[in-house]
Amino acid sequence: MAEGKEMAVREKKEVAAKEEKTTPGRYFVPPADIYETDEALAVVLEMPGVEKKDIDVSLENDVLSVDGRIDFSKYRDLEPVYAEYNVGHYARSFSLSDRIDREKISANIEDGVLTLTLPKAKAAQPRRISIG
Amino acid sequence: MALLADPFNALSTFQNALDAFRTSGWLGEGPSGAGAYPPMNVFRKGDDFIVITEIPGVKKDDLEVQVKGRTLRVAGAKAVEYPEKAAVHRRERLAGRFDRAVTMPVEIDPDRVKAEYRDGILALFLPRAESDKPKSIKVG
Repeated sequence: MAEGKEMAVREKKEVAAKEEKTTPGRYFVPPADIYETDEALAVVLEMPGVEKKDIDVSLENDVLSVDGRIDFSKYRDLEPVYAEYNVGHYARSFSLSDRIDREKISANIEDGVLTLTLPKAKAAQPRRISIG
Repeated sequence: MALLADPFNALSTFQNALDAFRTSGWLGEGPSGAGAYPPMNVFRKGDDFIVITEIPGVKKDDLEVQVKGRTLRVAGAKAVEYPEKAAVHRRERLAGRFDRAVTMPVEIDPDRVKAEYRDGILALFLPRAESDKPKSIKVG
């Protein structure tokens, strides 16, 4: 989809959270795609620079929180000369309905894109009713 | 500039420094200067330069990097796909083709350019050409 279209540039949006983080450093909101199939809900987040080990996905009180930290030690000896975007950690949360089977939530990250698969609880999956 | 000297505030300091360089005119007016995708950050390490750009979701096979003289070109396509029978609730990710060429204000050595792509981040190591390196002048 959108094969011939040209990519647009978008500024990173900073997280406007109700509570402050205890450690210094800016957090950005990763762009998210949310789609639903018959079996599951999928949340796809773009978090470039985040490795699998630095992702934290937690579920508490019906709120799914995703936290991705970048390892900026590779910037240690580098001196900025020109910048078009800023670099920081990513965080975003979603409130889930109780139709999700919490035990079976899975995550997969590739090329900086995290895909969370939230399978729907059995009762919520659509069932075809055949006309006899 | 030891940006990370104070580990406590290191990330904030680095982020503020990057903010300050948002108005840098270093890359100047190129054929497709600022405003095109992908956004680039340029860093200096000694005499050499490192260009870092974020292209999450782009596969290595869909990416093309070329260097000619002082010009660097990053091109490719970013695809965002959904399964056949999916109902899309929210769509914030962008997709499409990109082709950006920027001209460095310094001479780089095209034979020693190295590129690394990992976790959606493309890092290009651009060593400065020997002929372009500044000479130290002894003050008498």
